[in-house]
Amino acid sequence: MEDIAIIGIGMHPFGRTDGLSGQAQGAFAVREALRDAGVNWNQVGVAYGGSQDAGNADALANHLGLTGIPFVNVANGCATGGSALASVVAAIRSGMAEIGVAVGFDKHPRGAFNPRPADWGLEDWYGETGLMLTTQFFALKTQRYLYEHGIPEESLVRVAQRAFRNGALNPQAWRRRELSFDEIAESMPVNLPLRKYMFCNPAEGGAALVLCRASQAHKYTDSPIIVRAAVMRTRHHGSFEVFSPGLAARQAPAPTATASRAAYEIAGVGPEDIDVIQLQDTDSGSEIIHLAENGFCEHGEQGLLLRNGTTDIGGRLPVNTDGGCLANGEPVGASGLRQVIEACTQLRQQAGARQVPGAPRLGYTHVYGAPGVSAVTILEAP
Amino acid sequence: MMNDSASLQPHLPVAHLLSQGASGLGLLGSQCRQCGEVYFPATGNCTACCGSDLASCDIGSQGRLWSWTVQAFMPKAPFNSGETESDFQPYGVGYVQMPSGVKVESRLTTADPAALAIGMPMALCLVRYGQRADGRPLHTFAFAPANEGGL
Repeated sequence: MEDIAIIGIGMHPFGRTDGLSGQAQGAFAVREALRDAGVNWNQVGVAYGGSQDAGNADALANHLGLTGIPFVNVANGCATGGSALASVVAAIRSGMAEIGVAVGFDKHPRGAFNPRPADWGLEDWYGETGLMLTTQFFALKTQRYLYEHGIPEESLVRVAQRAFRNGALNPQAWRRRELSFDEIAESMPVNLPLRKYMFCNPAEGGAALVLCRASQAHKYTDSPIIVRAAVMRTRHHGSFEVFSPGLAARQAPAPTATASRAAYEIAGVGPEDIDVIQLQDTDSGSEIIHLAENGFCEHGEQGLLLRNGTTDIGGRLPVNTDGGCLANGEPVGASGLRQVIEACTQLRQQAGARQVPGAPRLGYTHVYGAPGVSAVTILEAP
Repeated sequence: MMNDSASLQPHLPVAHLLSQGASGLGLLGSQCRQCGEVYFPATGNCTACCGSDLASCDIGSQGRLWSWTVQAFMPKAPFNSGETESDFQPYGVGYVQMPSGVKVESRLTTADPAALAIGMPMALCLVRYGQRADGRPLHTFAFAPANEGGL
């Protein structure tokens, strides 16, 4: 299979930008990525993108220019960015276009998400009686996971502490204040065992990538990042997913585990080869679960890894080096591509104060979300 | 807590999920006639074997707490308890593992973390969780901590 390369990365900073629409933030990110690649919008032959709450991606053409290209709207929840990237890779590989763009953006209202039951194939009582909350699901899944694998609750604090420590080193992060162990451990309960500083916030922002065939990449950049794998998977019967009034008697591996295995197989590498890691951390518990589901440790080992600094920037498994969702917030459509951009920045060795030492060669990104989707990428340094 | 579900039908949006047999209140589910997989709530589709021939079945009223949390902030709409931010009462939420192995998501009758532990026996009941704009109470199913002998 022919290699595909990322030749441009661009973001609109995550957080809150009053007065600027989600689509305008998406268009900003595309312009930044085009500038980074040194190409013009009218050279782009195909684009995929999406948002959850900020409208259709093809409306970005109204900002960027109506050049007539196939611009496909992607709506895959948290995996929107990953799905867009996988689609652009396939499109370029098929010969559909020389240059492609993947873009994600969003602008969510403040506070927790409030989905409508009918949109998820559920009856009204499920939302009316107070059972349809993403935070509740993450808490129930975390509670069970900590119990099954003997992981102490202090591990939830350590994930958040590292996220905000890394965020403080990232000039683009939304939350740039380090928090102490006690500040996190004593913060307001939201859904026990998860507390205020263990949850990310819905936010705003945009993220975009420009890609082309690896064999052509040096026409545009000295530091192309090779996409070794870009995989998206959905849930199997028996996996523990959000918005489930009932769970099956049997338990099946999560979509993260199947996406991860497929990505390693396609890339021909294993978790021991990865040098820098971005994992979905909508909440502290999710990151703990995802460390094992992506193969970076055994279930139950996380308590020790977090306590002894293994997942810190200078550790053996540097996780969420830009502060992750916890420090950057989660604009759903853009979040997965933010991870890819952070991995590219690390592999280009342009991450400044948060740079992983030792010239990292392989980067790994992982998103997971409703209603049971996951996208994984494996990226290689120039 | 209420036991007379028949008189509450107009205020009980979950009535179709419940059975009221000689042995008391129970939950209704469905079972795949092809592969035997059990579902709550009842469904017409089997996501295990991709079949669509399912029969109604009794899920029961007793189980064990499989996971739990406490809902500490007031959910946005479509939550309809009628409470306000100032009088909102946190409530427990859990999954209860039923005899078939199916886990049922449910409100719990207690929101006290010290009173909840994974593995403890739980029993089905009805609770008042709010009231409508016209003042009439709203009820739903819930699970309450039960005696070990009840299982």
